[in-house]
Amino acid sequence: MAAAPSASGPALIGSSGDSLREAFGRKLAEIADRYPQVVVLDADIAGGTGVHHFRDQHPDRFYQFGIAEQNMMAVAGGMAHVGLVPVVTTFAVFCLRAYEQARLSICYAGRNVKIVASHPGLDVGPDGGSAQCLEDLAAFRALPGMCVVSPADPLEVAQATEAILEHKGPVYMRTGRSDARRVLPDDYRFELGKGRVLRPGRDVTLVACGVEVARALDAAAILDREGIRARVVNLSTLKPIDTDLLERCARETRAIVTAEDHNIVGGLGSAVAEALAQRAPCPMEFVGVRDCFGASGEPEELAEQYGLTGPHIADAARRVLARADKEEIACPSPGA
Amino acid sequence: MSLKATAARIRRGTLAAIYAAGSGHPGGSLSAADLLAFLSQVELLEDRAPGEHHRFVLSKGHACPALYATAAELGLISHASLRSLRKLGSPLQGHPHVLDTPWVETSTGSLGQGFSVAVGMALGFRHRGESARVYALLGDGELQEGEVWEAAMFSAHHKLGRLCAIVDYNKLQSDNSNANIMGLEPLAEKWAAFGWHVREIDGHDFDAMADAFDQARNTPERPSVVIAHTVKGKGVSFMEGEPPWHGSVKIREEEMRRALEDLQTPESEMEQWIDGCSA
Repeated sequence: MAAAPSASGPALIGSSGDSLREAFGRKLAEIADRYPQVVVLDADIAGGTGVHHFRDQHPDRFYQFGIAEQNMMAVAGGMAHVGLVPVVTTFAVFCLRAYEQARLSICYAGRNVKIVASHPGLDVGPDGGSAQCLEDLAAFRALPGMCVVSPADPLEVAQATEAILEHKGPVYMRTGRSDARRVLPDDYRFELGKGRVLRPGRDVTLVACGVEVARALDAAAILDREGIRARVVNLSTLKPIDTDLLERCARETRAIVTAEDHNIVGGLGSAVAEALAQRAPCPMEFVGVRDCFGASGEPEELAEQYGLTGPHIADAARRVLARADKEEIACPSPGA
Repeated sequence: MSLKATAARIRRGTLAAIYAAGSGHPGGSLSAADLLAFLSQVELLEDRAPGEHHRFVLSKGHACPALYATAAELGLISHASLRSLRKLGSPLQGHPHVLDTPWVETSTGSLGQGFSVAVGMALGFRHRGESARVYALLGDGELQEGEVWEAAMFSAHHKLGRLCAIVDYNKLQSDNSNANIMGLEPLAEKWAAFGWHVREIDGHDFDAMADAFDQARNTPERPSVVIAHTVKGKGVSFMEGEPPWHGSVKIREEEMRRALEDLQTPESEMEQWIDGCSA
């Protein structure tokens, strides 16, 4: 006999707190009536991804796939083909398991499907290396036609949830497991494909996404005390990337540091470097997980261990500025 | 035109396309030709509500030469265009691509996925209150993909009674027989254990198809599978049951002539199938 969840039962992870996954789940349930074609697909993990809100409020639009992500991902392609807008939800690491389904049956077939992945990066914490997906931004960024979004805080993920439903075409969006700091102002407006300067500065630009935006702001405060004015950019859309903004930052500041809770191979840093290499190459440093797997621990402990905190980003900024100084001495710019 | 005659033309069109392309998968295309003839001429026209049409997904996408030849019989594309198979700029891609040929419903070629997409279409139709049926043709080797059984379990759990899978059970796959690569038996029992209505038929017998699909339509409470026992390379003597003709292979001119003779191609059409494909 199935027992109803009891108020005195164990606290489900994801059932409380101000995490990105919760903010996403609440917003999706809230706006569902305005998007009648939206259906939500889940692989036995709704309490973890935040879509338990949608399941409880719109049970007739919620489909349970069991622990079978490959089928879920390709079924989404079929549902989109007959006019629905499927929102596929699971952990980021299991999106990799269904990557080829996202490739063929969603992107190649040109389907309007939204993939929303919780539990990305070291932010997963105690579940350890097997669960900490550090490769998803690289993988999904490589799919033609796929938009890739990694919001910074609960406010932005709520706005992005609506924006990706308004966008026609496949989207991969990262949420997050752990409670997230509010870093964006109340008047912030997310725009798909646009980065946003959160703090002005002329010396160095810190470009971050996801949980690293808060840490980049920490770094800017540290640097400010040393007289270094760091500009902070929230680059929540990795693809299509805001090349105009990046080019402006590369020209107006002397160097760029990227910061991401992801492998430094192929993610935000790579995307920024690709964008700038063609238009405005500048000295860069990459803060992220340095091509290794994660491990168990609390998110903040892991961020310290793997070099993702504000002080580490500040270190990277000092390093890249020192390099920029040397390069300017070696090859003075015209008119200097 | 009789189903037998249509199937023969599908086989000729299949070979004409692969011959012109210089590569392609003849074995599994020919084994499915009778099923494609029946589905396109009979089954997909049954029990349609006004304004609705049933959908077909070729999950074994490598058999697309037969699908394209069937489309030519239906007038969706010209027979002449079959010769553009696999050529640069042609809509007739080496595996079906929905953005180039919208009538294929979805892009396939990675085994297992087309079946899931068909499941998604059936689920979506039911969600929207539409009564269209969805058919998916799978290869036997394809059944080794885990995704197929995820989809099978899901479809039975959700009682997708308007979904019908067809297995082109020709017993051979790319490198060898199913039995030697990774055995599928007991296959009917597997599908039944997954909660499906199962019928086994001779996949070259139109009367048996009529009966099996009729049963499938009259089993609305669960999905149906028709396990169609077929002969790989059916209709071409030197290809029948021969693993090397799984593909992707080049057909030489003398082989093409012998194949067309095996298919009792009228003498007056021979050169058209070989060179012009305007038959």
